[in-house]
Amino acid sequence: MNAAISQPAKKTNRIGLEVLPYKGSKTTLCAGCGHNAISERIVEAFYEMGVEPWSVAKFSGIGCSSKSPAYFLGMAHGFNAVHGRAPAIATGALVANRRLLGITVSGDGDTASIGIGQFVHMLRRNVRQVYVIENNGVYGLTKGQFSATADVGAKLKTGVVNDLQPIDCCVEAIQLGATMVARAFSGDKRQLLAILKAAIAHQGLSVIDVISPCVTFNDHEGSTKSYEYMKEHDEPAQEIDFVPAFEDIAVEIEEGQVREVRLHDGSRLMLKKLGRDYDPSDKLNALKAIHEAAADGHVLTGLLYLDTSRKHFIELLNLVDEPLATLPESRIRPPREALDEVMEELR
Amino acid sequence: MGTSPALASTVVNDFSIQVATVNGSGSQTANTVLMRALFQMGIPVSGKNLFPSNIAGLPTWFTIRASKDGYIARKKEIDFLVAMNPETAREDVGKLEAGAAVVYDEPLKLNQTRSDLHFYPVPFDKLVAPVCPEARLRKLVRNMIYDGVVAHLLGIEMEEIRKALLKQFGAKKAKAAELNWNAVVAGRDFAAQNLEKTDRFAAERMAATAGKIIIDGNAATALGCMFAGVTVVTWYPITPSSSLVEALTGYLRRFRLDKETGRATFAVVQAEDELASIGMALGAGWAGARAMTATSGPGISLMSEFAGLGYYAEVPAVIVDVQRVGPSTGLPTRTAQGDLVSTAVLSHGDTKHPMLFPSSPAECFTMAMRAFDLAEAFQTPVFVMSDLDLGMNNWMSEPFPYPTEPIQRGKILSAADVERLGGFARYKETDGDGVGYRTLPGAGPGTAYFTRGSGHNEKAQYTEREDDYMNNMDRLARKFEAMRARVPAPQVEMNPKAHVGLVCFGTSRWAAEESREQLRREYGVETGYLRLRAYPFTSHLAEFIREHDRVYVIDQNRDAQLVLLMRMELEPELIARLRSVRYYGGLPLDARTVTDEIARQEGLR
Repeated sequence: MNAAISQPAKKTNRIGLEVLPYKGSKTTLCAGCGHNAISERIVEAFYEMGVEPWSVAKFSGIGCSSKSPAYFLGMAHGFNAVHGRAPAIATGALVANRRLLGITVSGDGDTASIGIGQFVHMLRRNVRQVYVIENNGVYGLTKGQFSATADVGAKLKTGVVNDLQPIDCCVEAIQLGATMVARAFSGDKRQLLAILKAAIAHQGLSVIDVISPCVTFNDHEGSTKSYEYMKEHDEPAQEIDFVPAFEDIAVEIEEGQVREVRLHDGSRLMLKKLGRDYDPSDKLNALKAIHEAAADGHVLTGLLYLDTSRKHFIELLNLVDEPLATLPESRIRPPREALDEVMEELR
Repeated sequence: MGTSPALASTVVNDFSIQVATVNGSGSQTANTVLMRALFQMGIPVSGKNLFPSNIAGLPTWFTIRASKDGYIARKKEIDFLVAMNPETAREDVGKLEAGAAVVYDEPLKLNQTRSDLHFYPVPFDKLVAPVCPEARLRKLVRNMIYDGVVAHLLGIEMEEIRKALLKQFGAKKAKAAELNWNAVVAGRDFAAQNLEKTDRFAAERMAATAGKIIIDGNAATALGCMFAGVTVVTWYPITPSSSLVEALTGYLRRFRLDKETGRATFAVVQAEDELASIGMALGAGWAGARAMTATSGPGISLMSEFAGLGYYAEVPAVIVDVQRVGPSTGLPTRTAQGDLVSTAVLSHGDTKHPMLFPSSPAECFTMAMRAFDLAEAFQTPVFVMSDLDLGMNNWMSEPFPYPTEPIQRGKILSAADVERLGGFARYKETDGDGVGYRTLPGAGPGTAYFTRGSGHNEKAQYTEREDDYMNNMDRLARKFEAMRARVPAPQVEMNPKAHVGLVCFGTSRWAAEESREQLRREYGVETGYLRLRAYPFTSHLAEFIREHDRVYVIDQNRDAQLVLLMRMELEPELIARLRSVRYYGGLPLDARTVTDEIARQEGLR
């Protein structure tokens, strides 16, 4: 890793690493898949934030989305779990080693159908990690069936029309306890990058629902998760700038036009007002705005909800500072006197 | 009393007491006190709570056995019935053998039902009113009256009853203890003044329990887990395993908070279901924690998918299965050994899991520790197969020995190790035991690998090649073979005079060992004995079968699951020698059932 420092010609981040260690293996997803753009943003976000790649643990379930942890942060341990159950693996690993920074990449089938149980309970626990849902409204690996996030009236390539209500993962996340909730569009690089960086800095669970078009099965006319549809219907709640704590940049603020939100680590989110005055700390208004936008035929994106006051799961567990996983025997096996004491009580 | 002719053949310290009550009436305290008092008199005892899946209202029975010879299996024959439940009283009395004694609630008029029993009517409601002025407590306190009556009739020392009662209530509930003690005395006084002892049974002080403890298997497993150094515990409440995690949580809070900071060196996470509880345990095990979960059969079924991933991805975790009877409502509070086959091959694809079979609280303690070491040494889920009888009933035990061996963490490479070695291949066999070296997430530069299910090569890279898959599966099979030398060996008692052998595992031990004595005494049949303590089986099993003409395999399930498991491994000539003895009625196995069945198959009855 030190080699990176001795190459002045090459661009490095604040911990002296080039971007290469943040990359993963070559993608095997379809050309033009929204998921690939998300992987690229994840690489950029971790690089620009200067996170040590080996302090990250990557998790996923099953599906096209869940293959993607192989395509970023090759120097981080990764766990491709079973369908819909990445939250359990992530929760266990992050409890075992509180110093790990977790990132889970899931899909709409993985999260909203088979994994909805684990998803909602992860929300309740506010397990500190970045949870990305690559949402394209269809199952790709099984060739294009509707998922539970498909909108009413959305049409499959085969002509089948969805008549069931969609599950909105952001609404669930806001209601059930995630402390940072955002929606993004894989085609909007700037917005997604800013949200990812904020999620990395956030001390709690960040749920990012990224509309990520499936070029093979759901990018046609009649789809509500296509590039075309999103270009026409994306309604950003605000323009987001993320200012990390290590960059002491003074930001010019136009009075009344920008809302500044401070995260635990001192980093700041500058939220520039667009159409509506959006307060991401107001749960009820967030839900109302999401519903209103949907009623108008729009997809509200941006930072939808943020609560920096609630404790995350590791804090609630009152754990020692060191990772549980590597505590020495002297701290995990009580002394002989402890056993003697219990035995005496049982006589 | 001394002149009664019935006392000519007094049976001392060899009887069973059965208390029949209604669930939720608070009889547990009275029964525990009775059992403890006998224990404190130095008499070997065992207690079996036969309870319904219900908060209050359904019938429940508690059987206490006193055995001077130290037999602690459930005794099928009831010698001394305490009939408190009007709903079951007549059926309970109907099942007794001639000569048994019955203490009963007077209005039930049970003495009219049979003439070959010894009846002791007690007016419980009349006796409880003066000692318990508060009407709402009478339902609970009333039970203590039978302790006094039974103590008098059997000769259980009142001082020991008092001691047991004070222990049960603890120093904080001195007032409640006194109230209950008054009820015991009222029962004793009534019996002394009104009942003439006519039955044969008596308790006398002996010295067979000195130094011993009383503990349930779940608490013992919990202690084993704590001393194994468990750091992450995940669970979903399910009878009969819930009390294991509750006991463990209590012990951890007591002994595993950092002395200086008061912070926890453990995490207990109550999951949303068993899918999540095993997932969290595997996530934690992958990250390097000593991780465990506890469950019962239905939970094991739900864990099936993740168990396979744990096997293929080679992630350590300990899963305690406190087995019970089958699915859904009905008999979830009854015991069985019903998960043996499904657990051995739990999941899809080719999977095989090691299982440990504790038979006693002491083995619950030692095997829990062993399970963690094996899980990390072999990087795989390890199942500890307890059952409801072992887990939830109180057992006498020698005090547990403090572990003498250090904790085994298995093959783990640090970042410095990886740098020194110039890299590592996660799934490469290097030591001849099928086990590769792993790194932990967060260990540092150069240590990362990607964990997947079925498709990976030695370097943990994605592959769908047939040779990669087969090589990996063959290595996993070698790993399983290597476990045979590392799992606990069976308990073997060879008998040169025996043509007949007995094989069992887990709690069948107690009925099996008593049955051997019955077979010898009643039929002159000598037996060899092998009690399995783990799967995969060690070579001892085949050697044992080879030494016997017929081998009776004892199972607490309908389908002879242990026989099925043995058939998967043994050669045909040995399989032909196997006979099956099965019990699957949900009660703890008793010796008489085993003896009768072996005698029948041997053509002796």
